[in-house]
Amino acid sequence: MTRRLPKKDVVIVGLGWTGSIMALELAKAGLDVVAIERGPWRDTATDFNITTAPDELRYAIRQEMFLRPKQETLTMRNRLDQTALPIRKFGSFLPPNGVGGGGMHWNGQTWRFLPDDFRIRTHLTERYGEAFLPENNFIQDWPMSYDELEPYYDRFEKTLGISGQAGNLKGQIQPGGNPFEGVRSDHYPTPPMQQGYSQSLFTKAATDMGLHPFPRPSANLSQAYTNPYGVRMAPCTYCGFCEWFGCANYSKSSPQTCVLPALMRHSNFEARTDSEVTKVNLSRDGKRATGVTFVDSEQVEWEQPADLVLICAFAFFNVRLMLMSGIGKPYDPNTAEGVVGRNYAYQVGAGAVGHFGPGYNFNPFAGAGSLGAALDDFNSDNFDHGPHGFVGGASLTNAYTNGRPISYHPVPPGTPGWGAQWKRAVHETYNSTTNVGAQGSVMAYRDAYLDLDPTYKDPLGRPLMRMTFDYHPNEQKMAKFMMERSGEIIRRMGAKQVSTNALRVPYTVVPYQTTHNTGGAVIGNDPTTSALNRYGQSWDVPNVFVTGASSFPQNAGYNPTGTVGALCYWTLDAIKNQFLKSDAPLVQL
Amino acid sequence: MINITRRQLLATTAVIGATVMAGAPVRARIMSGALPWSPNQVYPPPIVTPGPWQFFTADEAAVVEAIADRIIPADDLGPGGKDAGCAIFIDRQLIGPYGTSEWLYMEPPFVLDAAANFGIQSPITPTRRYRDGLAALAAYTKQNFAGRLFHQLDAADQDRVLTGLEKGDVKIPEGKAFFNQVQANVVEGYFADPVYGGNKDMCGWKLVGFPGVRYDYRDVIANPNKPYTLPPVSLMGRASKEAAR
Repeated sequence: MTRRLPKKDVVIVGLGWTGSIMALELAKAGLDVVAIERGPWRDTATDFNITTAPDELRYAIRQEMFLRPKQETLTMRNRLDQTALPIRKFGSFLPPNGVGGGGMHWNGQTWRFLPDDFRIRTHLTERYGEAFLPENNFIQDWPMSYDELEPYYDRFEKTLGISGQAGNLKGQIQPGGNPFEGVRSDHYPTPPMQQGYSQSLFTKAATDMGLHPFPRPSANLSQAYTNPYGVRMAPCTYCGFCEWFGCANYSKSSPQTCVLPALMRHSNFEARTDSEVTKVNLSRDGKRATGVTFVDSEQVEWEQPADLVLICAFAFFNVRLMLMSGIGKPYDPNTAEGVVGRNYAYQVGAGAVGHFGPGYNFNPFAGAGSLGAALDDFNSDNFDHGPHGFVGGASLTNAYTNGRPISYHPVPPGTPGWGAQWKRAVHETYNSTTNVGAQGSVMAYRDAYLDLDPTYKDPLGRPLMRMTFDYHPNEQKMAKFMMERSGEIIRRMGAKQVSTNALRVPYTVVPYQTTHNTGGAVIGNDPTTSALNRYGQSWDVPNVFVTGASSFPQNAGYNPTGTVGALCYWTLDAIKNQFLKSDAPLVQL
Repeated sequence: MINITRRQLLATTAVIGATVMAGAPVRARIMSGALPWSPNQVYPPPIVTPGPWQFFTADEAAVVEAIADRIIPADDLGPGGKDAGCAIFIDRQLIGPYGTSEWLYMEPPFVLDAAANFGIQSPITPTRRYRDGLAALAAYTKQNFAGRLFHQLDAADQDRVLTGLEKGDVKIPEGKAFFNQVQANVVEGYFADPVYGGNKDMCGWKLVGFPGVRYDYRDVIANPNKPYTLPPVSLMGRASKEAAR
């Protein structure tokens, strides 16, 4: 029997970055808001104490805070003619669970995509011609320009207090910043992080090579900061426990450190944790959401009626909830029709590891999730792709996010895997190894998509999400190019021995690569190729809005969170200024 | 009525083998009006102390200790896997949620011949892998080394057996998977915080120069390319496990 709760103005699915910002802003606007989160409540003082938080085994290796595959996982196959198998232990990516979502255990690298990324199809076609684009691509322009999104990037950066060096302030190129970035209306809220020894070598080598390095934008703050919500943060201490950990210092931007203290003061907001939304309920004609159904940890089913439903979970689970609720037409790769599940993309990873030998003390343990020097000379379309035969690009970075030794004990190539020689190599190499890594774009393709698995089920008996994904020749070529550029830089830095990190092909669910899973419910101007209109509103059910990286038409050569946050504020303004007044589709066809 | 703190309760529970973080039932909560916060509400892991084996038999433990000592041998750089407590670490991990793959997706059908890029597709849990692998290894060494167990072999023979397992030349069921499992767990035990029973006196951290959980390295960033000289600190501070008890 389903129990019915009193109606709310707004129900939010998932209390991570976008859910908490939506909740705060709509509660401030006077609406009754409930957020339903399937994981537990977590906070700095209670869960990330300094005597518990920096625990590599517990959090990074056993993955205590992430979604547990037993609770929900995905199946994966590389090609349409394969049978997908369940990801029994998360490896390639680690989906979040609980209040704060991925924003609680991320590294904090907070980028803006480049202006060309937003008009990518138009731009590439203009410069290289349609025939230059890869086979079977579904590359799409974003439904807004960089300039339209810029104020929202600025707002998100100010909520988080991002530390960085402007590269293009109101059209003026700034020394030390990224000269390729889009025009910024303002500086970063706080100065860039102080860089380490390895970054100084990278910066010098890259500059000598005619490249343009800069400190990457960071949500590990360089100094104390009070954000516009009145929440105060402390400076980062380079403890080396960012990604996969909660921060005990109040120095990593997260919903906990930036939003929740302000949000929880609003008595017209309520959070329900350990409760999983199973369905968005629709009116009989399917054109209006009436609320959601959720199941609490005692397996009791509840109905939460609401006038407005905001789907703010992690990318995969937004798509799955839409598929299970019948919102939008499911994508079919055979006919190329349908939109929900379309344009799944990921990230290219490649690079080079340099072994420097005696005399180098890189002290990798003194790190932070966003500490690092980067360059964009090979990102997006900042270089001529004509001779190279691929589209897209990557940011190249020299960084130490950490030196946690269960995972990080590099050895030179040719070292045995165990025994006395291995032990000596671990001893000698730990402090004198550094790397240059490329994080590259992934284009959208006809055969890369998400749907529901025909075989494997979750504990409630509902089908798991199925991912069909592999790296296409375009991305493989790009990865090889980036690996070569990375190798050149690390040699110039003085590495005596270099080993390379090639893209893993076929795509593999182990080991960890990145949790930058994008697409599946993309924004666009054409309802036959997008599930959401330019404001993140469902084309089919106008009182449903969806946030998150699931809305990216394809992925760029950056971490997604900056753009996820900008899109969140963009959608929020559309809700506050337009939808609450009209209760109607915001884009008329 | 004795006033028992949550920390003491966790430590007590650990002795009977339950890992509280995993086993405690979660209840749905409703929060409104204020941050739900109460003092001393941190969730520390139970401290592992040496003592009777909780998963392994004495023979199994002796073999695991011997393997740990070949994966990471004792030498002038520091203790081997055995003296670092790697077997104690593994023993205590196996009685927690890790041992039974409690957090993993273990629903059938299992496709056992899947390509490596599909990740783990075996229904075999770590406890099963150790129990069966150690039994098969015992049968193998008894048959091939005059009735002896692995820890009774000399180091050269031990290395030959391990290399054979790793390469698949020693034909026991799941031999390669067993080797990979033990190797990964020994490395975990050598480098995990000493609170879990391995990395005795932070020997693993001293091997590489990892200062542990000092949590503030602004001085390191400010002074590039300088050797770091302060001794490591664990979640238990710099105390030994015995002192912490």
